Amino acid sequence: MALPPPDPQFVLRGTSAAVHTLHFSCGGPEPGIPLLFSGSENGFIHVWNLKTHRVDTALDGHGRKSVCCIETMGGKDRLLSQGRDQRICLWDLAEGRTSVTDSVFTEHVGFCRCSLLKVAQGRWLMAMAARSLEEVQILELPSKTSVCTLKPEAGAKLGMPMCLKLWQLNCGSQPVLLAGYEDGSVVLWNVSMGKALSRLICHQEPVMSLDFDSEKAKGISGSSEKVLSIWSLNEQQNLQVYKTHELVNAGISDITIRPDKKILATAGWDHRIRIFGWKKLKPLAVLDYHTATVHCVSFSDHSNPQERLLAAGSKDQRISAWSIYAQT
Amino acid sequence: CFIPGGLDCSISFVSHVLGKVCIHGRQKEILEVLVPRLTDLTKSDCIWQRICWRLVECVPDRWVEAVVLGFVQRAPGADVLSRLLGNLVVKNKKAQFVVTQKMLLLQYGHTTAVLQNLLGYLSLESLRRTLLLRVLQELLETWSSSSAVKHSPAEQQLYISKAILICLSHLKELEIESCRQELLTSMMEGVKCHLDSSLPQLQRLGMVVAESISLKINTEGPVLKFEYEEDDEIRELKSLLVQTPPFCVVPSLPDDDRSEKAGASVPLVPESNEKPHTAAPVMPDEESDAELDSDDDLIPYDMSGDKELKIKAPVYIRDCIEVLTGSRSEDVDKWEATVKALESLVRKNPAATREVSVELAKILLHLEEKTCIEGFVELRQRAQVAVLTTDPIPVAKYLTSQFYSLNYSLRQRMDILDVLVLAAQELSCPKFHGKTKHSGAQKPCIQLLPGSDSSKDWRRIVDERIKSKTRRFDMGQSRVELASRPNEFNSVAGHFFFPLIQHFDRPLTTFDLLGEDHLVLGRLVHTLAILMYLAVNTVAVTAMGKALLEFVWALRFHTDSYVRQGLLSCISSLLLSVPAERILTDMTEELLETQSWLGDVMEKDPDGDCRRLALQNLLLMENLKKKLEAVPS
Repeated sequence: MALPPPDPQFVLRGTSAAVHTLHFSCGGPEPGIPLLFSGSENGFIHVWNLKTHRVDTALDGHGRKSVCCIETMGGKDRLLSQGRDQRICLWDLAEGRTSVTDSVFTEHVGFCRCSLLKVAQGRWLMAMAARSLEEVQILELPSKTSVCTLKPEAGAKLGMPMCLKLWQLNCGSQPVLLAGYEDGSVVLWNVSMGKALSRLICHQEPVMSLDFDSEKAKGISGSSEKVLSIWSLNEQQNLQVYKTHELVNAGISDITIRPDKKILATAGWDHRIRIFGWKKLKPLAVLDYHTATVHCVSFSDHSNPQERLLAAGSKDQRISAWSIYAQT
Repeated sequence: CFIPGGLDCSISFVSHVLGKVCIHGRQKEILEVLVPRLTDLTKSDCIWQRICWRLVECVPDRWVEAVVLGFVQRAPGADVLSRLLGNLVVKNKKAQFVVTQKMLLLQYGHTTAVLQNLLGYLSLESLRRTLLLRVLQELLETWSSSSAVKHSPAEQQLYISKAILICLSHLKELEIESCRQELLTSMMEGVKCHLDSSLPQLQRLGMVVAESISLKINTEGPVLKFEYEEDDEIRELKSLLVQTPPFCVVPSLPDDDRSEKAGASVPLVPESNEKPHTAAPVMPDEESDAELDSDDDLIPYDMSGDKELKIKAPVYIRDCIEVLTGSRSEDVDKWEATVKALESLVRKNPAATREVSVELAKILLHLEEKTCIEGFVELRQRAQVAVLTTDPIPVAKYLTSQFYSLNYSLRQRMDILDVLVLAAQELSCPKFHGKTKHSGAQKPCIQLLPGSDSSKDWRRIVDERIKSKTRRFDMGQSRVELASRPNEFNSVAGHFFFPLIQHFDRPLTTFDLLGEDHLVLGRLVHTLAILMYLAVNTVAVTAMGKALLEFVWALRFHTDSYVRQGLLSCISSLLLSVPAERILTDMTEELLETQSWLGDVMEKDPDGDCRRLALQNLLLMENLKKKLEAVPS
């Protein structure tokens, strides 16, 4: 007899706008207050204190244009945010400051979230969609130098890049980029050479979101149709479809795999969050709380496994936090 | 038959005999014997061919027509005709007139085979081909003349269309090149006249011929293509365009609905730019078996609630109004659900509907398609009918007043008429109470005369009723009596009818029934006929009858045959619905005038359907008289 799905552990209200992106910052060596960063459609970034469930700070850096991506760069004091005002801002939040230290003008008018990868101490690589519609630019931060521009070959007709993920197998190996495009294909790019290694058409509709498990060389992508596609990377760096899973309702906005690679969560247009086991994509739970499209899901990085949370941000202006499968 | 044997002989007396026999009407007998014999003889023998040509050339002018007509009709093929007649048509003026003018433009009773013979004959020899071109030009002139389209019978127009298509099929590239410009001009003019007509058959003829001409003159590049339903006539027409052995049908227009492949199948093709393709995909399941244990730790929750997301339609009528008039453009799902649910909500809540009926009618009349719903037009129409039947008097008042108002499109005005008819049908028929039956449901592709099918259905029903009346069968109790209900149409028939008939002669800036908008006038007249028919057994029927007679009298000489057919249907409905005693006491003089007009129509009207309807009306009148004479006063 299966148990009914759990209720959210708590719900954060007060953004007064649809929530587009979430990022936890709960780990870290020093014991500090666990924080959740949320980016909203009205251009504000709210810093939520997870002990008091209240907003500690509100950052206004994108001219009231929607914030679509938030990442931390080595700790909660340095924040990177991407907004639809075509800017990526770097924030300094140490000691109560709330200032933008640097910004990158992307000239990109789409919705593609950037991807950040730490390659060395104090150095990051950032992949972002560039001005020209089909290209992806890789920048090195904080120097803001361009590493390369990944241009699909003429006639490939991939459309706009919709979602990006930079990763490397281990520190010191080549960084690689997985990009999902508007035509439904996922392309694997070699960043240092700037060339495409493999292309796989996983969907008939644009790829909305993807995530990748570098240990198992397996990834998952969701699109605006009803199918989730799981693909793998073989030794020759070729992408192959491994499995597909059909959902009840069409449309996935976000997919994320938990850091321990045991489960993954999807954010759906049908207002539901779905939890699957990562090994065999076994459906585990359907969390039905929100009353509008769920835009983003994010797993926390708590060092204590029992405290781990899953947060989901939705168009109904609420952020729900769930404690699910935290015991395993 | 005689053998020349090297002697010169004159066969002119044989020609005389042949001519005399033909002119006396014995073509069939003599040519039945002569033509097959000559066909055989001339097959390979040149001398016999010359003899045959001499034979027909010597026929005196006054008898040439009969002879040539006979030959053209009897010859088994164009090549045979060519062997038999030779260049008679070039040498003899009378024969030329018969072949190129009389048989094509003045007569129209010949079969397609005869046309093929005739035109094939003209095309077989270069001397005659100039005649072929001339024939084509004249045919096109007739085809593209608007007065011909308006006043000549449908059968003649079909005949001319067939002739044009056969000519086109015989033309060679060079010839088409030389007259390309004229073909184009005629096609443009002709297609305009044909599309202007209100009769669907003529429109289709125009479309087929225009498409064929366009196909011939634009061998590369886009050709003209219309959307229409194919029936046997059209298929036969199209098959004429290709000169191949008979019974070879040109493939029909490509289907508009291409079957789309179902979505979700994922092609397992990895595309790699540099590396060679690896073998096909799915990894065996054995790998995951080893890690089976850790996955089993995760116990799934109950997911029975995970069903397809359904947008709930509003449950109250006023909510529906809010959604349909709302400015919130994001809630398109809700708008769609509302449109789909509206008809049933209106029928289930008559009291609530009556409170807001006129407002709902207004919203529905102006409702435009916001998203792409299947069957939007039908959903809207059914909702309108539901509103009208729930609260007939105020809504009918509103709709009829809007029919004559400024700034509505023709489509909206015709929608009003359709809705009035459907609602009247529902209100007047006891067995349709509660369930609406649809005659003439809208089809998805854009047709030029949508909904005109409903008038055909009604004509059939009226015809059946006329038939049943003239035969005077006593059916007995063979059918179970239907449950009787009070006739709901009784109290509202006048409200539907009289406002529509009131302002037809008052033109507005954007709407002139008696002028350009004769299509709407035609539909209005047919609607009035149907409303008259449905008003049988109502109290207002006599007053309606009188008003309708006056209306018909005013319009009886209208040039559009669709309007005239409507007027005659009005008379039929009147004769069937108004009780006989009332007709004879209140409308005697008008009826006598109408009778003489009907006689005129029956003899002289160019349209076959009009003549038939006039005849039926006269028969109905006769029956009426007989019935009243039979009743002892």
